[in-house]
Amino acid sequence: MAKLLILFAHPALEKSKVHARLIRHINQLEGVTFHDLYEAYPDFDIDVKREQSLLLNHDIIVWQHPFYWYSSPAIIKQWEDLVLEHGWAYGSGGNKLQGKKVLNAITTAGSREAYSTGGRNRFTIQQLLAPFDQTAYLCKMQYLPPFVLHSTHRYSKADTDMYAVQYEQLLIALANDRITETEWKKVNYLNELSPIPEMIQF
Amino acid sequence: MYLAAAVVMVPVAKKLGLGSVLGYLLAGIIIGPALLGFIGKEGQDVLHFAEFGVVIMLFVIGLELEPELLWKMRRSIIGLGGLQVLVTALLLAALAMAFGLLWREALAMGMILSLSSTAIVLQTLNEKGLMKTSSGQSSFAVLLFQDIAVIPMLAVFPLLATFKPEAVVDEHHTKTLVEGLPGWIQTLIVLGSVAVIILAGRFLVRPLFRIVAATRLREIFTATALLLVVGIAVLMTQVGLSPALGTFLAGVVLADSEYKHELESDIDPFKGLLLGLFFIAVGASIDFNLIMKEPLMVLGLVVLLMSVKSIVLFILGKIFKLGLGHNVFFAVALSQVGEFAFVLFSFSLQEGVLPKETVDLMVAVVAISMALTPLLMLINERVIQPRIGTKESVDERETDTIDEKNPVIIAGFGHFGSTIGRFLRVHNIGMTVLDNDSDRVDRLRKMGLKVYYGDATRYDLLHAAGAANARIIIIAIEPAERRLELIETIKKHFPNLRMLVRSTNRFDAYDQMNAGMLHIYRETLDTSLRVGVDTMKFLGFRAYTAQRAARMFFKLDEANLKKLSSIRDKEEHIIAAREKMEELELTIKTDLQQAGQLKDTGWDDEGILQESLQKKS
Repeated sequence: MAKLLILFAHPALEKSKVHARLIRHINQLEGVTFHDLYEAYPDFDIDVKREQSLLLNHDIIVWQHPFYWYSSPAIIKQWEDLVLEHGWAYGSGGNKLQGKKVLNAITTAGSREAYSTGGRNRFTIQQLLAPFDQTAYLCKMQYLPPFVLHSTHRYSKADTDMYAVQYEQLLIALANDRITETEWKKVNYLNELSPIPEMIQF
Repeated sequence: MYLAAAVVMVPVAKKLGLGSVLGYLLAGIIIGPALLGFIGKEGQDVLHFAEFGVVIMLFVIGLELEPELLWKMRRSIIGLGGLQVLVTALLLAALAMAFGLLWREALAMGMILSLSSTAIVLQTLNEKGLMKTSSGQSSFAVLLFQDIAVIPMLAVFPLLATFKPEAVVDEHHTKTLVEGLPGWIQTLIVLGSVAVIILAGRFLVRPLFRIVAATRLREIFTATALLLVVGIAVLMTQVGLSPALGTFLAGVVLADSEYKHELESDIDPFKGLLLGLFFIAVGASIDFNLIMKEPLMVLGLVVLLMSVKSIVLFILGKIFKLGLGHNVFFAVALSQVGEFAFVLFSFSLQEGVLPKETVDLMVAVVAISMALTPLLMLINERVIQPRIGTKESVDERETDTIDEKNPVIIAGFGHFGSTIGRFLRVHNIGMTVLDNDSDRVDRLRKMGLKVYYGDATRYDLLHAAGAANARIIIIAIEPAERRLELIETIKKHFPNLRMLVRSTNRFDAYDQMNAGMLHIYRETLDTSLRVGVDTMKFLGFRAYTAQRAARMFFKLDEANLKKLSSIRDKEEHIIAAREKMEELELTIKTDLQQAGQLKDTGWDDEGILQESLQKKS
């Protein structure tokens, strides 16, 4: 069993439709710890010791957040700046996170087509997630493909439910070591490991 | 016997809501010649002994006098207070003359009867948390003026003597040093003694206390304080002046010394005990035979006296713009004649100002007026107030049908509560307000708030306000003792109601933690730290750094408070000034020990620097 830590960052959860649904049953999943950053640190004073302890106790870290300006909400950045200390997470003597896995689980209003080299946003999701990828690399962690939900503003309730179930399924799979390295190395989005028919996909 | 009586009666009186003064009086009445007859003739002696309690009380009054406060309130004190004493004294003097007294006697009588009971009124105001309301402030101003007015009265009385004082009035009459000396030398000596007190207080007493305080023996400090008071009293008696005047002066001189609070708290138990004895003795000396012989006259006098006083107070209250509800309270609260009357009566007996029969009669009248006060206040609260002024609740519904659906109750809408209320209201959070200031309640209701008028610690009011269905109650009432009462009431009757409690300081917080409170908000903590942050910013610190530091300090301080709370002696209720100092020392020491934890290591690039240097070499 791998222990999953969801680092959830949403500054205005009361306005959210998709994330609110994604996390609705998350507390019931075995082996998954749900950590709401904006709720725990409304003043952005991250408790570094506590966060580091959480990281040590888990094997797979998931940054779950809306994709604001091609990145994460501010608290994730604060979290990275403060928690990933030199000599602990990286640098000489910094190998506490070695071997752990990390990924982003994001939602965005942009379509898959927009996020392509010829598309409106000019860059792919992978390219835009490079900072996270490199951060993981420097901390000697494995960076898994992201879980991405595109065009979220067009979702009906049914669509949201459908994707929520997909998300939960993947979390359970990760927590129970059901996804091998070979498999996840093959895909661009983690979503591809739990496929939804093309017709109803966004 | 006296102590036994006090121990029995005072708790009974308090339970019935009658106040401790009444309890003492009742105790005296019961054990006195009227009922059980345990004490009798020696009552007079005890009276003298217990008068010392009054002497001490005046010392404490002098000590607590704050010249700046007096200056600020000068309009009410001199205006309202002055007028009250003047008008009442004159009116009563006129009435007295109508009853056949000589003008000198009538004047003395008028002055004595114009005074109200500081002990009863202030105690009641404090207990009910009404000190800061308009009626509270007005009462305070009037009582303050009366306290000060006693001094000139004491000086003037001897001049009103109508006959030579009975030579054998009491065997305890001390021979003064100055008897027999010519008048002008006497005056010089009097002035000299006053000067001695003032100078000694300024230049001798404080160094003395410093030495004594350095021994860190609390008993010695207390003994020295008592010695001071006794010494002054004796000196004054030797010189022929009232001891109370002397100690009052001493109190005033010491009022701005660093030992003020220490003195207050050390002397307090003695004052309390002796005052209690005083009231017992007064109760015992009430001549019930006289009352039995002419009950109608006595009661008639009481009614006349209190009516005249109330009317004068009410009219003055109107002139000074008190709201109706507050004015009635004001008039009722101060309508009795106070404990000083007993002192002044015995003084006037000694000086030959009033004949014994008159004094005996009036002592009974005064005692009865004091005894009636708690009763009258109760009637006012339960019967009059609901009828004339602010209704308890705007909707005249039965308490059984509770329609309150608001999730939040705010008890107390003063500075603290009102800010919370404003914040919640802006976010449309339904709240019910409980407050006991009728002016405020009226204004809030006009603004559309749901307000219940009355004492928030009362179960029936809480129930009517929907405490059974609410989710949160914010306890913002004053004073601290009332908050603890409210906490107990809620724990007993509304255990599911979450309490957010206002706290004056850490000592208040300890009491609340002992009561099981989890959500305690020290009034000044956040604001003080905000000042600290701004101070740092003005000194050049980066705003973000200063802010983070303050939040860190806050978290640590709260944690330490909980830790300290768990190791203190839970039985300790009275915290002396010295222990407050020790607590401050302890917290500062802890702060310094934890300086390491307060260090902000975020965004540190020391490690990276070191590593790159090593790589180079």
